[in-house]
Amino acid sequence: MRKVLVLTEAKAGNLRSVSLEALTAAHRIAEGGEIIAVALGSDANQFANVLGKHGAKKIYIIGNKVLDVYTTDAYSQALRQVIDVVQPDAILMPHTAIGKDLAPRIAARYGLGLVSDVIDVQVDNGDVIFTRPIYSGKAFEKKKVVSGIPFATVRPNNIPVEEISGTIEILHFHVEIKDLRTIVKEVVHKTTGDVDLSEAKVVISGGRGVKSADGFKPLQELADILDGAVGASRGACDAEYCDYSLQIGQTGKVVTPDLYIACGISGAIQHLAGMSNAKIVVAINKDPEAPIFQVADYGIVGDLFEVIPLLTEEFKKVLAHV
Amino acid sequence: MNILVLIKQTFDTEEKIILQKGIINEDGVNFIINPYDEFAIEEAIKLRDLHGGEVTVITIGPERAENALRTALAMGADKAIIIDGEDQDLDEYSIAKVLAAVVKGREFDLILSGNLGVDYGSGQVGPRLAEELNIAQVTTITYMEINGETAIIERDAEGDKELVEVSLPVLVTTQQGLNEPRYPSLPGIMKAKKKPIERLKIDDLDFDDDIKAKTTVMETYFPPKKNAGRILNGDLKDQVTEIANLLHSEAKVL
Repeated sequence: MRKVLVLTEAKAGNLRSVSLEALTAAHRIAEGGEIIAVALGSDANQFANVLGKHGAKKIYIIGNKVLDVYTTDAYSQALRQVIDVVQPDAILMPHTAIGKDLAPRIAARYGLGLVSDVIDVQVDNGDVIFTRPIYSGKAFEKKKVVSGIPFATVRPNNIPVEEISGTIEILHFHVEIKDLRTIVKEVVHKTTGDVDLSEAKVVISGGRGVKSADGFKPLQELADILDGAVGASRGACDAEYCDYSLQIGQTGKVVTPDLYIACGISGAIQHLAGMSNAKIVVAINKDPEAPIFQVADYGIVGDLFEVIPLLTEEFKKVLAHV
Repeated sequence: MNILVLIKQTFDTEEKIILQKGIINEDGVNFIINPYDEFAIEEAIKLRDLHGGEVTVITIGPERAENALRTALAMGADKAIIIDGEDQDLDEYSIAKVLAAVVKGREFDLILSGNLGVDYGSGQVGPRLAEELNIAQVTTITYMEINGETAIIERDAEGDKELVEVSLPVLVTTQQGLNEPRYPSLPGIMKAKKKPIERLKIDDLDFDDDIKAKTTVMETYFPPKKNAGRILNGDLKDQVTEIANLLHSEAKVL
């Protein structure tokens, strides 16, 4: 039995689903032990029930307003105060902008090992085994912590969420936060759609074949009807058709959606690394020899500007009947 | 201004991964500077040119990693340090401890590093080192300027931009979009040959704690191979109808 501490995360007033995925992972690690969720910020209170429905027994609410905006120092101080009280046997955090920045810092503070960016967690003979992609998904490795408590960050969109109900205990936890070394002056929300690229179930991605910034419009329309997000190849970013924050590949984001539609992307090995673990890949490209077709489940050889509007109409019909 | 840049030599992103008895084979592999670290080197050189001072590039690795340092020196860095990491059981915990031991006692205002390696991709070493040194950190930066003792930084937080102000010293990790790394020039390559490389051994460093790895790799393997896909034929409209049906009833993703 392990007492597992899980850092949860919300964005724009919504709990991120990776929080629940981390709770499911925690449930496996706990082996009957207690799961303790931590929710930070002045609206953290509202997430207690949903966390409770997904396995959290105790929920530490830290409502300090200073935690409404992420800073390394404030989050680190708050979390350390919880860790010192809870004394967990394992820690999980989301592998998000926050978790990536915070987890290594916490690990260093306590002299802990950390397994980053895990896509699966299993317990084998009492050992907690983490699976993670390496070389952006060209290969995988299984890793465990051999000294100290298991500690990992969980990649969004990979662990299927389980509902695990039980009684919950909500603790409003007081923390002292001081001497912040970084000041966030401004946050500019640049993400186009409402759906975060790394968590999207559907990704519509454009390459050089999209030809211009305007060329992304039909892709966005298609993404909108599927509640998906728009991504891009490095070629499209280099050509300034879109922001680098949309880039998928070995030097960009790695995504694992249920459906990935590659539009006008040839499929360089670096791009494939970022998306080839998607459940279903559809490729649309003029060139029948494009390498993207080798990793696609379904392919259409044709002009994306003809195909995508047709697809959008057709998907609307299918969705109307679901 | 003294700037330290932490770099790692990695597989060229064009390389395919080959496993031999469960271990990644390095024979015949082309090695490069981790692409994210190139942004760090470029930014360091630009800041030094603006504010004066010195750029020191640091790496832990086998002998071949010296090539990465030579490239960084040819780009314009002033000096380099290589810490021999061969035959050592090191993970991110250990590497941060080693770097902390090397950096402590040296003067620095700024430490730069790529936000992750394109090989193992954990992105831990930067923030871990900042904690070891008890200095501030700003990760995944896309813009930076320095005014006296203050840095104004833009960072990428999963697509959102944050404008951050921080006092020096600070450790930053670099993200795509920060700059266009330069190619080494021929005179740069010639000059690099005369620039100093300091060679250190882990056993010669002082540590307060054990630096033995806290984690271990149990297995390395390939993802299951996908079956060849299906390229549709016929009238474009029919293809689109077919694909919508396939996604709905066969793949069940709609």
